[in-house]
Amino acid sequence: MLVAGFKREHGLVNALTTAGLAASLLVFIFVDPVLPLQATELLYFDGYSLFFSGLIIFGALAVSILAYPYFESHNALNEEFYILLLTATLGAVVLACSTHFVSFFIGMEMLGVSLYAMIAYPVHEEKSAKFPLEAAIKYLIMSGLASGLILFGIALLYALTGTMFFSDLAPAIEAQDVAASPVLVTGWLMIIAGIAFKLSLVPFHIWTPDVYEGAPVPVTAYLATVSKASMLAVVLRLLLISDAFQYDALMLVLTVMAAASMLLGNLLALMQANVKRLFAYSSIAHLGYLLVVIIAAASVPGMLSVESMSFYVAAYFIMSLGGFAVTNAISNSGKELDMISDYQGLFWRNPWLAAVMITVLFSLAGIPLTAGFIGKFYVFTSGVEGSLWFLLTMLIIGSAIGLYYYLRIIYAMLQPVEKVSKQDPAGQAIPFGTHAVLASMSAIIIYLGVYPMPMIDILQSLAAAF
Amino acid sequence: MILVWLMLILFAGGIGAWLSESRGVGTPRVIALMAILLDLALVIFMLVAPETIGLSPVDNGHGEWLVLFQSDWIPRFGISFIFGADGLSLLLIALTVFLGMISLGAAWHEIKERSGFFYFNLLWTLAGVIGVFTALDLFLFFFFWEVMLIPMYFIIAIWGHENKEYAAMKFFIFTQVSGLLMLLSILVLVFLNYQASEVITFSYFDLLGNGLGGELGMLVMLGFFIAFATKLPAVPIHNWLPDAHSQAPTAGSVILAGILLKTGAYGLIRFTVPLFPEVSQTFAPVAMTLGVVSILYTAKVAFAQNDLKRLIAYTSVSHMGFVLLGVYAWNAQALQGAVMTMLAHGFSAAALFMLAGGLQHRIHTRDMDKMGGFWGVAPKMSFMVLFFTVAAVGIPGLGNFVGEFLVLLGSFQVSITTTAFAALGLVVAAVYSLIVIQKVFHGENKNNYEIADLTFIEMACFALMMIGLLWMGLYPQSMMDMAEPTLRSIDVVFP
Repeated sequence: MLVAGFKREHGLVNALTTAGLAASLLVFIFVDPVLPLQATELLYFDGYSLFFSGLIIFGALAVSILAYPYFESHNALNEEFYILLLTATLGAVVLACSTHFVSFFIGMEMLGVSLYAMIAYPVHEEKSAKFPLEAAIKYLIMSGLASGLILFGIALLYALTGTMFFSDLAPAIEAQDVAASPVLVTGWLMIIAGIAFKLSLVPFHIWTPDVYEGAPVPVTAYLATVSKASMLAVVLRLLLISDAFQYDALMLVLTVMAAASMLLGNLLALMQANVKRLFAYSSIAHLGYLLVVIIAAASVPGMLSVESMSFYVAAYFIMSLGGFAVTNAISNSGKELDMISDYQGLFWRNPWLAAVMITVLFSLAGIPLTAGFIGKFYVFTSGVEGSLWFLLTMLIIGSAIGLYYYLRIIYAMLQPVEKVSKQDPAGQAIPFGTHAVLASMSAIIIYLGVYPMPMIDILQSLAAAF
Repeated sequence: MILVWLMLILFAGGIGAWLSESRGVGTPRVIALMAILLDLALVIFMLVAPETIGLSPVDNGHGEWLVLFQSDWIPRFGISFIFGADGLSLLLIALTVFLGMISLGAAWHEIKERSGFFYFNLLWTLAGVIGVFTALDLFLFFFFWEVMLIPMYFIIAIWGHENKEYAAMKFFIFTQVSGLLMLLSILVLVFLNYQASEVITFSYFDLLGNGLGGELGMLVMLGFFIAFATKLPAVPIHNWLPDAHSQAPTAGSVILAGILLKTGAYGLIRFTVPLFPEVSQTFAPVAMTLGVVSILYTAKVAFAQNDLKRLIAYTSVSHMGFVLLGVYAWNAQALQGAVMTMLAHGFSAAALFMLAGGLQHRIHTRDMDKMGGFWGVAPKMSFMVLFFTVAAVGIPGLGNFVGEFLVLLGSFQVSITTTAFAALGLVVAAVYSLIVIQKVFHGENKNNYEIADLTFIEMACFALMMIGLLWMGLYPQSMMDMAEPTLRSIDVVFP
């Protein structure tokens, strides 16, 4: 990070960032035996937080590799981008490890503030076709509002219980005998609303498509994966250990949000001609599926829901990264090719890119042989065990609609090449790093889809802590 | 293990064909042909001389299995690889591989663009279907159920005709959504079984005799039924089929009509009824009525078509109605009839689609109003159409007759009214078949089409299918003997 201040050289900074992230992944091997570990009052390291941190750093690593070719053609100063990337990642890791409202908030803000700047990054670029500034302002306002709500909610809970530890909430509520207090439920609802903003759940999803579209592709990838995954990690832990499921109002709100996200996300995605916007709406739908798991956690053993959610998040993480890696491979900061029509005939022009994209899309649609299928299988299993028949019906309807727009992109890619305009994105040389990301993502998707057992073993062991 | 090999050969052949695409049209299809011939040889060994390749039947209390292969997959959820083949599976695998070879013949001259990827999809569909016919773990079954779908989607979406996007999409969404319902049912079944026995398992054998009844049992059973009835297809969820058929390339239609539809019927016989005997019995009158409605309604719709392929597609639905009727009449004759109909219809429908596809390839239209008088220009082709139409109508001496006759015989013992209506289907079938012959091959060749007659490869394919149908018609006992133990072992669950 410091290097950027001394020497402005894109390649060097990128290499250092990547190496640094890779090194922190390696550190995990040494950390593993000393778990669980309470590091100060704020951070708690166990298998669960380690898993999500690993995922987050892995995602940041991929984004850093993808960002290099993207910003290379960008003439302005690029080095700060990596500083922002690293601070955001640090924030995300703090989130994944937090069991305390203070670290929850610190991590969230660190992630959010870095993201504002990252989204607006190419704002000086004259030829930038998109509207990064608009996207950044939108995200800033919405995210600020959400943070405010969460802070207020935390304050209300603190006023009642006098504790900021997730795990002390339930005993404190019992001790003070305030379980029926309307203030308590209001506090919870505010926190949930704020979180829903960050996770872009309906009806707090309005910023998502604009921000996804306006941000540079690597940042969109980051937003879709790291920022969502870290938030989910902390939300599930918060709800599970603070025993928040006993409030009917809360469950009702969650259920409505899940159903609406699955339905609206998929329906609105139908109408998109822009792949980034389409991914935005599809992410809303996927977050809805994940919410089903979280709701099921109320009535099934915590273990299964932790396992299901971790698997789904990991699968979704990989799929999104793969999808954005393809978009990234045919785009650069000067020209983003993100309309469905840009993908026409890609399968014949560049079979490799198209094959990765098809894998990703099938995985998002939850077709067997891919990680997305096992993920969806987990969601179904949790839903069935929790007897959430209404949500499962919504899930099936949502998936059916989802198939349609995923297939539309696939169909466009299968079209004959002749119909394509002279614009030939595949003509652009793809650097080795991008190839490596593409190859590893598709390999992981297929591997997890065909032989998920090793992954399930890991998840089971970390879920055992709950 | 031999079943796994059957699939692996096809998977590997598909990849080989794809990789060899750059070498021109010739290499991929030769690779594909070799893979299929290898499979065919294995299947023939399994049928004729199982001892020579070291197979001996095992009885595990749920019927006699010629091959049974078991290995862990995802022990966390009690999911394992269980592949098994008994007489019924084996017959259908033989049908699959045989029609796979025929479809290769149909594609031989038709597919010129990106042939490597085409043969890849063709072989992977076949492998998926073999998986469906042999998987005995519900999760594994569902897995293959979906796997056979994707390559088929590609075949329609890339090599299809003018309206392919719509057709491919409709095909995929219908099957996928009904598949999700089935997945939900599977999970509920497994979960209930887990509650009752504390063992989480997806194994077919463990889930047999789960005794699930009542309203819940009915709902779970319906999940399975809808998935299979969509694939079969039965009215009112049949309307993906005419689109998919008319838009698919010839080889795709052959596989769709010949094999993929049979997976639905197989699912009903293997899973729906044995897993839920009690509610199936309650449901039987409804299913039989649906069968009869399918027979009559689609026969009438077929009569109104101008598009040759759509017409044949509707007749397919009509004939599959007999299968549905036979399965839910659930006695020895009706079941045997259903299986015979599946096999015979596989041949006759595949042949008819191949003829229609060949015709379209030659004159670039499927509109029957533009055709006429083709007997004069293409006598061999005309004879073939006549033969297979007559077979489909159910002339004694050919396989379809045996099947439909047995179904009617069996269902007569259950419900006389239903059977009477179903028998009307045979009459309507004669009407629409005659219309085809009349419009296309008799009369005047208005547009003066010059049609090249059938090529050697096509003649060879049709000759093989003729022999097959004659065999089924004249010596059906050989096949009934094979299917009989399977049907008997499931039969006991029904009073």
